[in-house]
Amino acid sequence: MSLADPDPLAPSEASAGAQGREDGRGLQGLWADLRGDIPGLTGVIFLALLLLMALCAPLVAPHDPEAQNIIARLKPPAWMEGGSWAHMLGTDHLGRDVLSRLIHGSQISLLVGAATVLLAGSFGVLLGLIAGYVGGRTDNWISAIIDTQVAFPGLLLALMILAVIGPSTLTVIVVLALNGWMVYARVTRGVVLSLRHTAFVEAAGLLGCSTWRILIRHLLPNLSAPLLTLGTLEFARIVLAEAALSFLGLGVQPPATSWGLDVAQGKDYMLRAWWLVTFPGLAIAMTVLAINLIASWLRVTSDPVEREKRFARRAGTGA
Amino acid sequence: MTAPFLEVEGLEIEFLTRRGRVDAVRGVSFELGPGTAMGLVGESGCGKSVTAMALMGMVQLPGRLKSGRVLWKGREILKPTPDPGVEVHRREVCGRDIAMVFQDPMTSLDPLFTIGAQIAEVLRHHRGLPAPAARRRAIELLDLVRIPKPDARVDQYPHEFSGGMRQRALIAMALAAEPDLLVADEPTTALDVTVQAEILDLLAELQARLGLSVLMITHDLGVVAKLCHRVAVMYAGEIVEEGQAAQMLGAPRHPYTAGLLSATPSLADTRDRLTTIEGQPPDLRLPRTACAFRPRCTNAVTACAVAPDLAPLAGPDPARLACHNPVVGPPATPAAIAGSAPRSALSATPLVEVRNLTVRFPLGKQRLFGPAQTMTAVDDVSFEIYPGETLGLVGESGSGKTTTGRALLRAAPISAGRVLFDGQDVGALKPSALRRLRRDMQLIFQDPYSSLNPRISVGQIVAEPLLVHGIERDPARLRARVAELLSLVGLPADAAERHPHAFSGGQRQRVGIARALTLEPRLVIADEPVSALDVSIRAQVVNLMQDLQARLGLTYLFIAHDLAVVRHIADRVAIMQSGKIVEIGAVDDIYAAPKHPYTQALLASVPEIGAVRPSAGTGVLTGT
Amino acid sequence: MGRFILAKLWQGALVVLSVVVVVFILTRMIGDPVRVMLPLEATEEQRAQFEEQLGLDRPIGVQFVDYVTDVAVLDFGESLWQRRPVMEIIVEKAPATILLTLAAIGLAIALAVPLGTIAALRPEGIVDRIVVLISLIGLSIPQFWLGLLFIVFFALTLGWLPTSGSGTPAHLILPALTLAIPAMTRLVMVVRSTMIDELNAQYVKVLRAKGMRPWRVVAVHALRNSAVPILTLAGWELIRALSGYTVVVESVFAWPGLGLTAIQAIERQDLILLQAIVFLTAIMVVVLNLLIDILSKAFDPRIDLRAA
Repeated sequence: MSLADPDPLAPSEASAGAQGREDGRGLQGLWADLRGDIPGLTGVIFLALLLLMALCAPLVAPHDPEAQNIIARLKPPAWMEGGSWAHMLGTDHLGRDVLSRLIHGSQISLLVGAATVLLAGSFGVLLGLIAGYVGGRTDNWISAIIDTQVAFPGLLLALMILAVIGPSTLTVIVVLALNGWMVYARVTRGVVLSLRHTAFVEAAGLLGCSTWRILIRHLLPNLSAPLLTLGTLEFARIVLAEAALSFLGLGVQPPATSWGLDVAQGKDYMLRAWWLVTFPGLAIAMTVLAINLIASWLRVTSDPVEREKRFARRAGTGA
Repeated sequence: MTAPFLEVEGLEIEFLTRRGRVDAVRGVSFELGPGTAMGLVGESGCGKSVTAMALMGMVQLPGRLKSGRVLWKGREILKPTPDPGVEVHRREVCGRDIAMVFQDPMTSLDPLFTIGAQIAEVLRHHRGLPAPAARRRAIELLDLVRIPKPDARVDQYPHEFSGGMRQRALIAMALAAEPDLLVADEPTTALDVTVQAEILDLLAELQARLGLSVLMITHDLGVVAKLCHRVAVMYAGEIVEEGQAAQMLGAPRHPYTAGLLSATPSLADTRDRLTTIEGQPPDLRLPRTACAFRPRCTNAVTACAVAPDLAPLAGPDPARLACHNPVVGPPATPAAIAGSAPRSALSATPLVEVRNLTVRFPLGKQRLFGPAQTMTAVDDVSFEIYPGETLGLVGESGSGKTTTGRALLRAAPISAGRVLFDGQDVGALKPSALRRLRRDMQLIFQDPYSSLNPRISVGQIVAEPLLVHGIERDPARLRARVAELLSLVGLPADAAERHPHAFSGGQRQRVGIARALTLEPRLVIADEPVSALDVSIRAQVVNLMQDLQARLGLTYLFIAHDLAVVRHIADRVAIMQSGKIVEIGAVDDIYAAPKHPYTQALLASVPEIGAVRPSAGTGVLTGT
Repeated sequence: MGRFILAKLWQGALVVLSVVVVVFILTRMIGDPVRVMLPLEATEEQRAQFEEQLGLDRPIGVQFVDYVTDVAVLDFGESLWQRRPVMEIIVEKAPATILLTLAAIGLAIALAVPLGTIAALRPEGIVDRIVVLISLIGLSIPQFWLGLLFIVFFALTLGWLPTSGSGTPAHLILPALTLAIPAMTRLVMVVRSTMIDELNAQYVKVLRAKGMRPWRVVAVHALRNSAVPILTLAGWELIRALSGYTVVVESVFAWPGLGLTAIQAIERQDLILLQAIVFLTAIMVVVLNLLIDILSKAFDPRIDLRAA
């Protein structure tokens, strides 16, 4: 009963009008909101720069990442004794330029992340939509598949698939997508199930909207916020997973470059050349952190209730 | 005269929102003496609940106490600046001397502890009882609130209690430490009307027997009439009028109090139209300069540009009023408006015939094998709806009234029996024919918030039925039709461009009505269309529905739990209980002489404003 | 309850069966086991002999039936790499992995519950923002890199702890910490959000109105109401660790458990050993899932165990 609703934040008869004007916001509003969230803004800027760098890697990188130079092996970073500005972050055991490898390695991380999220996301969302909206036996079947696959020993099975088929960038993407679609399906199904019985969806059906129209026009727009947040979080998770697989030697294969691969190769020189492990690892950590910061900003900003709560808490703590 | 227990002085509470600061409580002062039941009345957003929470020291973010203080027996228990001494004293007082009962009994108990443990917790903390004694006392308390078999019930968990039982248990818990004051925040709003009547009786009896003071927060003037000696009416964060309940409900002085009283439908009056308070409550983010009620007030004079003070009134009973131009004499009860559409004579052929309708739902998840378990929501129901009439369908929660409405549209499965609409068997129609038929029957939903897709504009919402049925595709003509529909339901033309969240509950309900009328249906099924709305807004929507019926010749199935509203709008009424119609007939007959015991019980349960509780004999408080 | 357990057992059996099918398809149909498992320099004769030994010359249906019957009695054959029964190796290695995961998840719970609870007391307050930021950072550091950093810092630089291997409690510290940190950060977020929800619940308002002491409201009522979701997620973390993360951590620290063995089996193309590890992990996961489901129901009085 909202009659006695003590929550003064629910739009009351009086304050509703003004609220609507402010909430009907496009990209500009999003940008304004982002400027108020320093961690989120940092994440977005970092990721934008990284993307730019990955796209123009050959132009930005000072050296060919594959070029070996036995004479200049294990050179330290420029600011250390024995380092030179020709190899700003030093060289590895084959004399390859660490910075150039980092720049090229970003391509793999972002490519695998984006491709996996798209592949797993579209498959999962489709199955989730069908399960949630059609319901009945179809839902039982799809849910059984999801439940079964969720209970798989995921990473081990992925390792086995990679061991049998042979690792490559493409197989990594496919294996990670096979491993990760369930979460999209679950979230989509959950939201659809909860929306399916809301009055506005029922109204659309009674007014004569077709199933497709209800799915596309009434359900999908209301799914975009949770899916965007989920996709971002998954992106971060996939970047980490790709790095781990490459570290184990079951991901991206040489001569291609990957941050995880670089850490694995630098592992044996850890004591003599700390920079070989440190910089690629730092690159992974910072990239994933940036994505996670964006995800936590999105989670709050895409949910009006969360946004209101956070505002009040911040205002209240005097921060 | 006894000194007041509770003194509230100049309470001001603001809420920090992204849209600005909302001054929810704007300088509320009142006193409450021993043994008195006082009602704090107002519509949603008026600040009554926030005030009650403040008494318990529970102004939580985003709320903030700006100024004012609360004294209990002369000692501070709340003030704006944090003070450890006051804090400690308040924690002692709250729960022991002042106890609170909340609106929603379903979520008010910790699900993981037994009822007995949660009562004993209070006894051990405030009265220092050892565990066995606390348990014995808990059983006595459950008995006091008339829970049967208290010695067995004490060890049960909350989920084993029904809503009404939980509210009794919560009252027992509140009374455990033998408080002097019970603050009750809408304690019966979430309950069915018959349960509400029992709880109100219990509260009245306990109040008298234990000499309790009660502060009753409610939107329902009927509840006040039943329980309270005194009333304070709040509007836009202020108390506008306070006085003896009998005096104020009989002869209100403030125009808002008078408006509320006449907008509240009653079982007894047979007016065709409700008196409304036009307009909407003010935006509480704006500063208070003029009288907050002035834009809606029929009595407004020039002086109202300056906000009136809440001043004591001369008279035998202490009373206060904030108004420059009070209402004089009893509130105007307009007689049936002459010339209003006469209730149409029933035509011989019904528009809808329902024959032995039964609706069963599968229970739980479907299994692959074995017979499906079902629950019967509607059980062998038969009735007719004639063209141009309004049939009221009344029942408590779980009675099957909503499902019956859905079954007419085949939005709920017709398990047995038949539904004939204009001679066509709804249950036997093919999908395409059903789609065609549904143009003739439309639904208005209860919840104005969830029934409109938040992502599309109001214009698109209203136009969508025309588009999907391929009736109108030309954008210009669509726009014109939308504008026509919006003006029909009393919304401004620019409403089409805006999204649902830009509208208040009452306005959204108008959008919902416009959407239902887009296809020019013959039957409109209105499922509790006004139960989520405030009294003054509710009257506006009820009147709108009646106007539309007269203008467009609509037939209504009006589903509701509120007997008084149905009394106003319906020509005939059907009473449902546990899936069956127990009584059906003309409104005047049923309300005057109910035959079925359940109908009688329902009617007897409605708290009516007419019968006001006599004022308390002892220690009535004073105004300032 | 009986019906509930039965349904869950059925679901578990489905999982194990699906894993069997997937592994069978992988090893016998997609991959060529002979090519994968035998060294390149193997002779034709050796290949033929090997095919016969595995029964690869028979029809695929017969192979599958044989395969399932072998798996059903946990007879996985002999490891190609170590030349001894696979079960023997697994029984030898499993305790180390179980010890490591239990230690890690225990540590994660012990740290996450107080941290998450403190953060939830004042959402968006200073403490909360610090806890959230630390969690986000912990969540973003690659586990293998974290392990390497620990080795460099605690083992090589400070010399406090051994770099790798097992045997003493000191050997356990770094791998357990590495395995615990990402799990802990995820748990902190869950504890925090669950506790924020609980502390805003209506029954907590009632408790405050009853005048209960604040610590009692938090520690007795809210925390107990959060226990089921927290323990469920902790269980899932245990499963995640067991079925994947240990591979990474064990290989960084040369911790002699199933994960390290799996990696070694891959390096030596010993699919027979690898598939056995996958199965047994699948069975452990299923059992753990069952336990989590039963426990979370058992703790909730709202679920009637006799009727469910």
